[in-house]
Amino acid sequence: MPILEASGVTKYFGGLAAVSNVDLSVERGEVYGLIGPNGAGKTTLFNLIAASLVPKPGIIKFNGINITGKKPYQVCRLGLGMTFQTVKIFANMSVLENVLLGSFFGSPKYVPLSEARKRSEELLEFVGLSEAAPTPAKDLTLSSQKRLEVARAMAGNPELLLLDEVMAGLTQTEVSEAMRLVNRIREQGITIVMIEHVMKAIMNLCDRILVLHHGEKIAEGTPEQVAKNEQVIAVYLGE
Amino acid sequence: MILKSKRLFYLLCLLLFLLIMLLSPLYTSDYFLILVSNILMYIVLTVSWTIFSGPTGYISLAPAAFFGIGIYTSAIMGSQFSLPVILATGAAAAFCCALLVGMVTLRLQGIYFTIFTFGLVELLGEVVQWWEVNVTGTTGRIVPGTEYTTVYYTMLGIAVVLMLTAYIIKHSRYGLALQSIGEYEEAAGHTGVNVTALKIVSFAVSALFMGACGVIMATRWTYIDPSIAFNPLFSFLPVLMAIFGGVAHLFGPVIGAVIFSYLEEFLTTQFPYYYMLIFGVILVIAIVYLPTGLTGLIRKLGGRLRRRHANT
Ligand SMILES: Nc1ncnc2c1ncn2[C@@H]1O[C@H](COP(=O)(O)OP(=O)(O)OP(=O)(O)O)[C@@H](O)[C@H]1O
Ligand SMILES: [Mg+2]
Repeated sequence: MPILEASGVTKYFGGLAAVSNVDLSVERGEVYGLIGPNGAGKTTLFNLIAASLVPKPGIIKFNGINITGKKPYQVCRLGLGMTFQTVKIFANMSVLENVLLGSFFGSPKYVPLSEARKRSEELLEFVGLSEAAPTPAKDLTLSSQKRLEVARAMAGNPELLLLDEVMAGLTQTEVSEAMRLVNRIREQGITIVMIEHVMKAIMNLCDRILVLHHGEKIAEGTPEQVAKNEQVIAVYLGE
Repeated sequence: MILKSKRLFYLLCLLLFLLIMLLSPLYTSDYFLILVSNILMYIVLTVSWTIFSGPTGYISLAPAAFFGIGIYTSAIMGSQFSLPVILATGAAAAFCCALLVGMVTLRLQGIYFTIFTFGLVELLGEVVQWWEVNVTGTTGRIVPGTEYTTVYYTMLGIAVVLMLTAYIIKHSRYGLALQSIGEYEEAAGHTGVNVTALKIVSFAVSALFMGACGVIMATRWTYIDPSIAFNPLFSFLPVLMAIFGGVAHLFGPVIGAVIFSYLEEFLTTQFPYYYMLIFGVILVIAIVYLPTGLTGLIRKLGGRLRRRHANT
């Protein structure tokens, strides 16, 4: 059974079909890439999966459970973590508190303080932010804020992680670091769906890639297949 | 180690202060008790307002509505029931009303929420007015009075329970979650916080104390009518007191309430015609120059002193 399944997912903003009749199926343990030009509907598709938006029509299944119409917190507790294209950290809370919140509320069971604290500290260590634990999150650099979002999303022990452009705006070294982080997350057995414009990262990390254009799925396959696809080449060259 | 003894010191100071408060009816005048009861009323309204609005940033102008519900509960049940029963009923009525209002309004964002909560005060006032005129055929009601010391002790009891509740919430996971809602509501939801339920419940918990406060205040005023019970000033003052004192710490709203209610007392007796004007000017100055309130200022000064200390 695929961990994530979407069928016929559509979302209109006024007259504009931001996502139109998209099917996808992500297998457990995969790193699945989502690419497409600006405004293709990638972030909207994430919002549909994570339940901030409701598809109309369309059905989304997570671990075989129909999650269409559920609330974001319910989907989160089922095991779906996400990061945001424009970082949405809790700016005036400390770095540790940001992750603590996820440890407390991100999973369906009650987590006692000592356990939440331990888990949060481990995660900060994992993303390399241990030193920054007591600082207010707003004082972090962009690349650290993105790693903080990853740690926060992982705090509820998710099975699936949605990463929206975690490498955008980073320097070359930071991108390599972020790529290593993605691999380390995958080694923990967490399935990843990532939106990325950094082609090097996408081509290196992903097992399969889905290409969106004007809200429609125009191609899907391994990085090699997608790179050879004429429609994809046309879309990217035509940009 | 130092941290622990410092905390113990604060706790002892608090207990000592509470002891003084408990014993004060023995050696003070009625005037003093009334004054302090009044200050305690503002502390209760302000601190309970801070429970919900402080961390989430949803500015509620509903305190007067829940306060008024308590007042009318007192007026209606006054002669037939004992005070504890009326207190519990008033608090429960305010709590339930806030649950309902919360379910309807907490989907609203920012300023719309504020406007709606203010409308609630006017609405309840009008409805009660209409009811009294058309159904019961009265304009006001007499509330059986209580002794000054009873009012004082009840108010003190409410304030102590409230401070404990506020402290526990603030330092629990739910306090953290409320703050995350204020920081980034959307992200809070995706981090697993049941945003809607938490907002509604904490809004209702804060209303509970406002209701209880209304019950006991009504017995002190003895005569009430809709315009006294649903006076919008009881919505505005707690908000202003909280902002004046600063909402980042629990003591901010307490300090704000103490200073403001004393100021009100002083100004109404000294400058009965200009007191609102002077009040307004002080407020504007406070909001412009003290964006984090008095406690914010104290912290900043404290930090500067400590740094100077470290430099020398
Ligand atoms: N809340 C909204 N209301 C109206 N239109 C929206 C909304 N969100 C997105 N859109 C529109 O939907 C389309 C898809 O936007 P989306 O953010 O999903 O694109 P994207 O693929 O993530 O682009 P980018 O690479 O720039 O992040 C765009 O035309 C955008 O303007
Ligand atoms: Mg996007």
